[in-house]
Amino acid sequence: MSVVDRQEWDVVVVGAGGAGLRAAVEARERGARTAVICKSLFGKAHTVMAEGGIAAAMGNVNAGDNWQVHFRDTMRGGKFLNQWRMAELHAREAPQRVWELETWGALFDRTKDGRISQRNFGGHEYPRLAHVGDRTGLELIRTLQQKIVALQQEDFRETGDHESRLKVFQECTVTRVLKDGEQVGGVFGYERESGRFFVLEAPAVVIATGGIGKSFKVTSNSWEYTGDGHALALLAGAPLLNMEFVQFHPTGMVWPPSVKGILVTESVRGDGGVLRNSEGKRFMFDYVPDVFKDKYAESEEEADRWYDDPDHNRRPPELLPRDEVARAINAEVKAGRGSPHGGVFLDVSTRMPAEVIKRRLPSMYHQFKELADVDITAEAMEVGPTCHYVMGGVAVDSDSAAARGVPGLFAAGEVAGGMHGSNRLGGNSLSDLLVFGRRAGWHAAEYAAGRAAARPRVDDAQVDAAAAEALRPFSAESGEGGEPAGGPPENPYTLHQELQQTMNDLVGIIRRDAEMKQALEKLGELRARARRAGVEGHRQFNPGWHLALDLRNMLLVSECVARAALERTESRGGHTREDHAAMDRAWRNVNLLCTLTDPAGALTDPAGGLAATDPVRGQITLTRETTEPIRPDLLALFEKEELVKYLAEEELYE
Amino acid sequence: MSSYEARFKVWRGDAEGGGLEDFEVEVNDGEVVLDIIHRLQATQVPDLAVRWNCKAGKCGSCSAEINGRPRLMCMTRMSVFERDETVTVTPLRAFPVIRDLVTDVGFNYAKARQVPAFVPPEGLGPGEYRMMQEDVDRSQEFRKCIECFLCQDTCHVVRDHEENKQAFAGPRFLMRIAELDMHPLDAAEEAGLDRKRTAQDDHGLGYCNITKCCTEVCPEGIRITDNALIPLKERAVDRKYDPLVWLGSKIRRR
Amino acid sequence: MATGTEPPATEPRPRSGGVTAGTRAAIDAPHLRTDRWWLAPAATAVGLLAFVVYSTWRAFANADYYAAPYVSPFYSPCLAENCEPMKAGPNWEIFGSWWGVSPAIIILIFPLGFRLTCYYYRKAYYRGFWASPPACAVAEPHRKYTGETRFPLILQNVHRYFFYAAIPVAAILTYDTVLAFRDEHYEWGHMGLGTLVFLVNIVLIWAYTISCHSCRHIVGGKLKHFSKHPVRYRMWQWVGRLNARHMQLAWASLLSVALADLYVYLVASGAFDDPRFF
Repeated sequence: MSVVDRQEWDVVVVGAGGAGLRAAVEARERGARTAVICKSLFGKAHTVMAEGGIAAAMGNVNAGDNWQVHFRDTMRGGKFLNQWRMAELHAREAPQRVWELETWGALFDRTKDGRISQRNFGGHEYPRLAHVGDRTGLELIRTLQQKIVALQQEDFRETGDHESRLKVFQECTVTRVLKDGEQVGGVFGYERESGRFFVLEAPAVVIATGGIGKSFKVTSNSWEYTGDGHALALLAGAPLLNMEFVQFHPTGMVWPPSVKGILVTESVRGDGGVLRNSEGKRFMFDYVPDVFKDKYAESEEEADRWYDDPDHNRRPPELLPRDEVARAINAEVKAGRGSPHGGVFLDVSTRMPAEVIKRRLPSMYHQFKELADVDITAEAMEVGPTCHYVMGGVAVDSDSAAARGVPGLFAAGEVAGGMHGSNRLGGNSLSDLLVFGRRAGWHAAEYAAGRAAARPRVDDAQVDAAAAEALRPFSAESGEGGEPAGGPPENPYTLHQELQQTMNDLVGIIRRDAEMKQALEKLGELRARARRAGVEGHRQFNPGWHLALDLRNMLLVSECVARAALERTESRGGHTREDHAAMDRAWRNVNLLCTLTDPAGALTDPAGGLAATDPVRGQITLTRETTEPIRPDLLALFEKEELVKYLAEEELYE
Repeated sequence: MSSYEARFKVWRGDAEGGGLEDFEVEVNDGEVVLDIIHRLQATQVPDLAVRWNCKAGKCGSCSAEINGRPRLMCMTRMSVFERDETVTVTPLRAFPVIRDLVTDVGFNYAKARQVPAFVPPEGLGPGEYRMMQEDVDRSQEFRKCIECFLCQDTCHVVRDHEENKQAFAGPRFLMRIAELDMHPLDAAEEAGLDRKRTAQDDHGLGYCNITKCCTEVCPEGIRITDNALIPLKERAVDRKYDPLVWLGSKIRRR
Repeated sequence: MATGTEPPATEPRPRSGGVTAGTRAAIDAPHLRTDRWWLAPAATAVGLLAFVVYSTWRAFANADYYAAPYVSPFYSPCLAENCEPMKAGPNWEIFGSWWGVSPAIIILIFPLGFRLTCYYYRKAYYRGFWASPPACAVAEPHRKYTGETRFPLILQNVHRYFFYAAIPVAAILTYDTVLAFRDEHYEWGHMGLGTLVFLVNIVLIWAYTISCHSCRHIVGGKLKHFSKHPVRYRMWQWVGRLNARHMQLAWASLLSVALADLYVYLVASGAFDDPRFF
């Protein structure tokens, strides 16, 4: 086996989006030597795509706002399935995290009196989203990136080396979390540029790799979103939580086909945009579910008054949580009232002067003008649902972000589950990254400090196995290494496209029992074929090879989604079943956990041995677990009448 | 929906050498150059190296040169070309090539490190910052930068003169200095750091001859030259070439 | 790469060379642009050259620059004893009788310097005459480049002093325009085609002068907090709006000043008779 470069660090952060960078900053500030690994260039993370804002109850625009209200909105949005302690920490700490960004140089849009301006968003009772036009994610990433550079400058002054305590390994991909017995020992990865392998040994690893959207065909997610962190955690022995909840953002572009899925920010609706069907009707009024009836306007007049006088009017139904709006759009299109390209119309042109649109939604204006030749100040946009976010993820401890069952493994951001329950509110993602990114970095640093005396060891066998696994696509064609030939080599791009089509069609926004079973079978077939995914060329910056390696992750995660979705026989948030259309209170306190069926086998044969081709058994085992009851003082924040709609009888009377 | 076969020339190779290779590839309605590159990957050359992320002009990864002009591949629609036109795609030509369309943009990250970070004001804690919108407007424009490095690529100071890379930070990072110097609460001056002077002395502002190519290629439409570089030059003049100011500072120092 | 897995290599050896240098993608062509990139610099060069030729001829001609009530902007103010007498006009014999050549030379230094150091004209002639660069992403033909870091180009930094000087010059041209509301007998309240030419010219001259980048800096751009200086902020915004059209104004005012001079020349040399409106 080739000699693999080994380095020692205290904390390794996988992923350099908002959560990863925030974790790295925290770990480094708490004294841990920290390495950050990211698939793309530093500063290009998917977080830059976040547009709307960071939800934080600072109360700058409406003084009525506070963490309790934010907590309530988050729980409602997640249909009470949220890991309530996370929702509480999130609501409490978000303002501090936003203010801190300012001390690192962030420049948010301002209120008249010079404080951070906040905007309305779906599901948030008050204007709550700190924002910068419609490029808040970019501001967040840039600020964190520059904070990291600031820390590196500090280290340079002290040690003469910018990277002595905090180093970014850009364009590197981690394929395995390595272990020493039960605990984490480091990571194995390759450098895209050269194709060389490397091992970073560290007692603590923070996974912050984002989501899984690239398993779906129509998605707002970038190529990096292949569920790497989810798969890494699974393979390391940690369970994934509630993977059936996938958020479809209601408004993605639908035309032209090459940009289908690209996000149209929710701020378009928050700032006054309305949804209409082909008959010109504002259809959202017909889709307000019972649990939200008294919170949303019943007439267009009332809805329109709300923008100026939110205290005396109810909000427009366009601002319902995302799952509701996505379903409504889906239903309209199905009923034949869609737009020419299979979406509905989102209109700001008749609602605001052109100048205001250009000022408040500059990148949307830009995006439609450049990509679709549509002037949004003059005509309506065509939009439809697009896969946007996965609520499910690595099951973590609420306070420390530590993954369950694997000491030394932490997870934060989209890759972590629980915080958003069954549906995430817009704006809660960026604040989630900051709050739990910091907590993950903090606890990882603390954990690593505790292991300083007896650092875990990573044996060569594991490294060799990981290297062999990573190299397999090059030998797939010749059937080397004792692999059964089993068929012709497969093109990884074709496999990926089939996977995306499968997930989109069979485990998409509306789900049916038979289709999901079909999906599981197809996944089994793809899994078998993926073992023959072969690549041409050499290891230096070879995208075909990278994709072949990512396929493992997408297949694992897709199976989790399909299996969990099949199991949950109700509709809740980001999980809608045609055959079980209603929310079922009995499911309120049930978590579904995915674990690897054969962790030992997975270590040596990542394709899962026999299970790889068996659609019934698959690689994933599902278990149910009852959630911890919500703390009484938090429950007391809600009206009894509301709780009745969500909680089962026995929960109410406890 | 209509599709056609387009002729492409794509540079393939690495640091050792390479050249333009010809391809014929299908193009559909509404597609951008990046779609075509992806189609090439999926159907003809699976190992064609290219950087990309968001495909929506927000991350600045897919920078390349299309028909000799620095552009984002995801924001260059195929409809801007004639159907019988050969579209040439090459990597950025100001940076060392790694493979195919991927270049080593490490220069930019090295320069980013040389610009002293934001200096928070003394005595103001988190949550106590008060800034007026009109005071943050200017810096906000510069913070729209997606770091695609097209301006760094097109700037002839380094594109045509490798040796200037030592002394010259490039438009992106001079703009970063302007951003910080215009930040209403940046306390660099109180901390003894004169950003205006360092722009000239340490980051090579004088190399800029304001020929505006950075502004021309900026996919975010940031008016880099007019709003960042020239104001920064004027600020440097305040420090270094204004006799009255110079005299004043001499007298004050006594 | 600076932050790869390998320890950062020692700083890359500075080498001279441009797009065809060793480490860059191996492409021999200095550029691959397929559009007519040469058109803009060529047009700029032709335009500027035409003006230089015309203005040199006129500045040294020392004749036909006054046709009551119009004085050529090239000769205003006229500061030597050899100036043609102009009633109430801008003759101030500061330079006395020793000045032998055309008096235009004395005053033209200032507008010339203003335009020569102007941020727009710099771009125009660096591209058009010096090909540095000829167009974006088109390799420049020079082996070495130091930009405006050393003599003489470091002197471009004096632009603001020429801006200060350009203000009184513009003021005097404004005065000339007022004088143009007389007829050839110096009677007030008249107007001819020349008056109109002068009016257009002076508006463009002012617009060009005020839209100057240095002016934008001085009126407000240098401030850190606009919110504490609302008046200067307002002024900065105005200047900024004009500044966005600095290029157009530079060309328009260059053309108008040449036309104003040509008009005076035609009238003074008798080739043309100034049509009077009233």
